[in-house]
Amino acid sequence: MKRMSWFNVTSLTLGFAFLYLPMVVLVIYSFNSSKLVTVWAGFSTKWYGELFQNEAFLDAAWVTIKVAVVSSTFATVLGTMAAYVLVRGGRFMGRTLFSGMIYAPLVMPEVITGLSLLLLFIGIGLDRGVLTIVLAHTTFSMCYVSVVVSSRLVSFDRSLEEAALDLGSTPWEAFRLVTLPIIAPAVISGWLLAFTLSLDDLVIASFTSGPSATTLPIKIFSAVRLGVSPEINALSTIMILIVTVGVVTASLVSKQSAIRAQKDARAAERAD
Amino acid sequence: MRRTALIAVPYLWLMVLFLAPFLIVLKISLSDAALAIPPYTPTFKDGIGALIRELDFENFVFLTEDDLYWKAYLSSFRIAFISTVLTLLVGYPIAYGMAKAPDEWRATLMMLVILPFWTSFLIRVYAWMGILSNEGLLNQLLLWLGLTSEPLVILNTTTAVYIGIVYTYLPFMILPIYAALDRLDASLDEAAQDLGCTRMQAFWLVTIPLSKNGIVAGSFLVFIPALGEFVIPSLLGGSGTLMIGKVLWEEFFNNRDWPVASAVAVILLLLLIIPIVLFQRNQQKQQEAEQ
Repeated sequence: MKRMSWFNVTSLTLGFAFLYLPMVVLVIYSFNSSKLVTVWAGFSTKWYGELFQNEAFLDAAWVTIKVAVVSSTFATVLGTMAAYVLVRGGRFMGRTLFSGMIYAPLVMPEVITGLSLLLLFIGIGLDRGVLTIVLAHTTFSMCYVSVVVSSRLVSFDRSLEEAALDLGSTPWEAFRLVTLPIIAPAVISGWLLAFTLSLDDLVIASFTSGPSATTLPIKIFSAVRLGVSPEINALSTIMILIVTVGVVTASLVSKQSAIRAQKDARAAERAD
Repeated sequence: MRRTALIAVPYLWLMVLFLAPFLIVLKISLSDAALAIPPYTPTFKDGIGALIRELDFENFVFLTEDDLYWKAYLSSFRIAFISTVLTLLVGYPIAYGMAKAPDEWRATLMMLVILPFWTSFLIRVYAWMGILSNEGLLNQLLLWLGLTSEPLVILNTTTAVYIGIVYTYLPFMILPIYAALDRLDASLDEAAQDLGCTRMQAFWLVTIPLSKNGIVAGSFLVFIPALGEFVIPSLLGGSGTLMIGKVLWEEFFNNRDWPVASAVAVILLLLLIIPIVLFQRNQQKQQEAEQ
């Protein structure tokens, strides 16, 4: 085993302290009973209680989740199709434009994406609300999905697909029975990425939402502009908790399946 | 037939919801503001003839005349550049430490770097508001240690914006550098030391040049989004912090001047093209080198 030098230990410790301390502070102060966020006045869970009675926050949370589920599902379907076209599509008219449109949204400042979509929706007379946010989120997150999925498709052994086709399956069957199970982890992580991006988005949602639909980030942003509030700390704590549980579970599951795959490979070797 | 449909669906989606909006922004940036709904003229209803006759570069001329916009572009560039350098200085030692860590820790360290990325951006920026304010935790600590006699004003200054950008974009810097350092053959470093380099020299002459690709990739991944950043300057910065993303937002939502907001967007995009093209070239070179 390698010994780590004091320099590396120090830089890792300081680095991770920098990454995590602000969030730890946020979580601790969500249990502060004082309304003044910076003065500690004893342990209390009252801000959580108030949060769950705040109709406006609950409504916004519900809208956000609906938008995230629908848009990330659409984005996954469209993004997987786009990845397939990019990696397996061969030559077709306007291929350069297509790949440009896939990569451009990744580097586009959110203010520009938001502004341009809003101007489109107004131009075609579409009322702003849940639908327009879903359209906007689907568009930018499908590009992230297609990047994730196409990186998996590139490293994929094409002869497996060809074998299925030779053995008499239709292209759709070959995709469903051979390709999809193999690229599934990438498709799932693409969906999760799209879901988080949608959940998290403030700027594009602010441009494309109307008075009838407010998402949680918009609500949080207008609240924190006025300063720090313990209710927002409580809300943040809940969101951090959900993400942490999700990410840790996902990494444990993938670790487990990697171990299983290794075992299978070893068993196969022995069988030879 | 199936293939055509497979190509057409995502293609049309992006044409309608990505390319078309873009052309609309370009068109409106050439229009005049008007007291109407929508608040610009000419509209598409006026016909092609009117569109061609009435479009002009007035808004762009206006942007060059009012020095607010110049200053905002320049200061966005400066802020993005300085924060990128700071992120590199903070991120490199962390990536280096990760690459030198024992194998069984690596997966955990990797997860710890990625975890904040999944946590809401808005919340991570907000977390600093409570720390940096005048009565905030940092000032309480400094006062208690006796390092200052009165609270430092950090929140609502450009310093706070630097801290915010470094904090939120740190994972984007760490991951590509870590990937480059991880591939590095440790024996090269040993060879340099055997041949008489000090550890410092070996680091500067061997490790840094060999991790150049990671440094460049990470720097672009921080610089490009930082240039158009809106959330960080509006929550942590004050009225003295000019950033173009914030100017665009205010032009649109507060002044309701759509043509000027569109012109600001067009110029921001033109400025971004250079770093984006450089970034793509770097990525391509890297891919070719790997093959």
